[in-house]
Amino acid sequence: MAAELVRGQNHPLPGSRLEIRVSAGGPVIAAVTLGDEAGRLRDPGWIAHLGSPPLPGLEVSRQAAADHRIAVDLEALPEAVHRVNVLLALSTGAGRSLSFGALAAPVVAVTGPDGTDVAGYTVTGLGTESAVVAVELYRRQGAWKVRAVGQGYAGGLAALLEDQGLPRARESAAAVEEGIAAGAARAPAPPPARAGGEVRGRRTAPVGGPPGAQGTAPEALPEAPPEAAAALRPAPAGPPAPPAPPAPAASGPVDYRHPRRTPRAAAAPPPPVPPPSARPETPDRPVAGDGPGRSMEERLHNQVWGMFEDLARTTAAYRGAVDFADSRMEREMDEALADPRSRLGPGAEAARARAGERRAELVDRARAALERDLAQLTAESEVVEPALPPAFARWDSPVWDAYRVPAQAPMAVRLGDLALPEHSGLRVPMLVRLPLERGLWIDAGRASSAASPTADPHRTRRLAGELATAVAGRLLAVHPAGELTVHVLDPTGSAGPALAPLTESGALREPPATGPQGVAQVLAGLTRRVDLVRMAERTRATDALPPDVDLAGQLLIVHDFPHGFDDRAVTRLRYLADEGPSAGVHLMMVADREEAREYGPVLDPLWRSLLRITPVPDDHLADPWVGHAWTYEPPLVPAGSQVLSRVLGRVAEARRRYGR
Amino acid sequence: MTVNLSKGQAVSLQKSDGGTLTAVRMGLGWQAAPRRGLFGRRTQEIDLDASAVLFAGQQPVDVVFFRHLVSDDGSVRHTGDNLVGGAGQGGDDEAILVDLQRVPVHIDQIVFTVNSFTGQTFAEVQNAFCRLVDETNGQELARYTLTGGGRHTAQIMAKVHRQGEGWQMTALGTEANGRTFQDLMPSITPLL
Repeated sequence: MAAELVRGQNHPLPGSRLEIRVSAGGPVIAAVTLGDEAGRLRDPGWIAHLGSPPLPGLEVSRQAAADHRIAVDLEALPEAVHRVNVLLALSTGAGRSLSFGALAAPVVAVTGPDGTDVAGYTVTGLGTESAVVAVELYRRQGAWKVRAVGQGYAGGLAALLEDQGLPRARESAAAVEEGIAAGAARAPAPPPARAGGEVRGRRTAPVGGPPGAQGTAPEALPEAPPEAAAALRPAPAGPPAPPAPPAPAASGPVDYRHPRRTPRAAAAPPPPVPPPSARPETPDRPVAGDGPGRSMEERLHNQVWGMFEDLARTTAAYRGAVDFADSRMEREMDEALADPRSRLGPGAEAARARAGERRAELVDRARAALERDLAQLTAESEVVEPALPPAFARWDSPVWDAYRVPAQAPMAVRLGDLALPEHSGLRVPMLVRLPLERGLWIDAGRASSAASPTADPHRTRRLAGELATAVAGRLLAVHPAGELTVHVLDPTGSAGPALAPLTESGALREPPATGPQGVAQVLAGLTRRVDLVRMAERTRATDALPPDVDLAGQLLIVHDFPHGFDDRAVTRLRYLADEGPSAGVHLMMVADREEAREYGPVLDPLWRSLLRITPVPDDHLADPWVGHAWTYEPPLVPAGSQVLSRVLGRVAEARRRYGR
Repeated sequence: MTVNLSKGQAVSLQKSDGGTLTAVRMGLGWQAAPRRGLFGRRTQEIDLDASAVLFAGQQPVDVVFFRHLVSDDGSVRHTGDNLVGGAGQGGDDEAILVDLQRVPVHIDQIVFTVNSFTGQTFAEVQNAFCRLVDETNGQELARYTLTGGGRHTAQIMAKVHRQGEGWQMTALGTEANGRTFQDLMPSITPLL
């Protein structure tokens, strides 16, 4: 029985002799173009239409009518032909329909020479297009197949031919139209067109890419003047074809699924069919910004989180399979050893070997599945990383070279990278939403994991200070001028070198507070601000705040905790950690928890309310889906790089300019 | 074309052109049967829950149900709990999506079950069905209608298991009792 194809689906052909029947709701022209190995239409002689000289292996009906019959003998086609496109176009004579949207959906049926159905395809979803490639027959590894294409062109036949890579597409289109005019003269009166009352789909413009963009047709065509398509485009037919619509990157057999993500319940309408390409079997090439969302930033954010989830899940699948393989091998070994009579015999030896082989085989397959997913994610990561805006980008990204103080705060910020031991080379950005819901605790103590067993405590401490500066600098850089104020507590003054980029650039409004007095003063100021803002919000009287309250977000960096902090200061810190985030005051502690033990359990709630990050790679963060322990890598500025100082210099300059 | 399955019947999940399916959706729909009572036809809300249990060998390794909507590996997804069933006819009330290509290599069977969480028996459910849909194009591959009646509160609907390189679905239709899938485990094991 016949297969009813959907757009993009293919179907094998049983024999070389075929008939293709086309019926449309009104008079249309059916024509056939031939393509070479690259899908390119080599010369105008490769177009078979009703006015053209006959081509070997092709027979096209000789009139513009609502029904067409095209006979194809695939074996009789020239050797160079790898592709046969069946296309429909509207004749542009007066009084004719100017777009397929006004006609009933054309139906294409592929049958054997004796009329047995092979495949059918209804070209739905057409709107302003006046030419459409309905189906294509193509040669794949010696066998011919039919694929439902349904690629429409608002620019008409000329645009269609141009897209197939034909030099002088305009002349050829004109020739076809002439031939059609001649054919139409001897054609019987067309049957009355069924008025297309049906509402068409949402297609507004063709989605085909320009030649060259798909890697199918080589370079753009110098012979075809740019106005070629425009000259013949039936003007009222609708919006012109966009100059360079984004070319779907995929090719070969169409896979409707997103390369990685599972389809949602309510399946979206099938994505546009990628134009035929000569390079089959390549997986979908990922693109940056391929997530849901209204802005590019949101799409990238969601894409990064999607990659994070995919990486977590594919690793869970791999680990699950390996665990199962291990436990099965153990069980089988146990069974082989259970019988004392055969424990030492050659049978037991063989059973043990078999168990080991079965494990290895399963692990290999799991590894292959993991590699497949990792390759996809790595490819995605390679296109996503360069596309990330400053808030999401690594410090070595070129976007920092073109850094400008933004006009709007970002939705999230990158706090580092995450990786799993199975694929340490593939790192996912760790994006955290802004404003921060929790403060940060940069652990200056010895890393708990084995990731850095020989860490030098002095080095760790220094890196912790640098990490605090890098994170604070990034937060300053991604906020508009004056919308984030950074306070630094450095009671003993030991963090001076690490703070240099902040202090030297002038990005800090006040110098780091030193001594118990300075600490107390800053903490009192921030506590008062939190109190006032909370009070004002409770009474909905935010306009009654005293003028000296800084309404910008506040980030407090606490160095050297707990040295120089008295009980009162500690209580205030706890208060700020708990209540600050909702009032726009965020805390970043740089501290070694071991050293703070002397305060006893009173500080435990403080640590718990903070997000711990480490200046050296450490696996202490769990993902929200399967709970793997991810290795966190801090976003330290590369050694010797001046990027942070330069960026902070711009921040300070912008603030001066705006007088904030 | 839909295959109307009967109990124990198996259908291979191969496409007509020889390719294997990549993603399927197990859809479940039901309506509460109208009861004659003091106030005439008044239906009672019935909460059926679809669950999928993933087996490696004979050993359950993961479950997708209304409290754990996505399997750890991400290949099986539940679209969310529906507490009352279909007010109208036809559509799926709960659905479980299976991305067959991404199912971990050690998982060889996925068993789909339906439980009456509110405890009513299937005698009070009507028009219940379970169907398997090719997620890529929305075509229904197989439909299995729950035979009405019966004083059981759960049913083991079908299993999808590996068959050579591809997958096969077998309609099970075994009656069981239990409000969640945990209660069904003893009934599932003999069917693997």
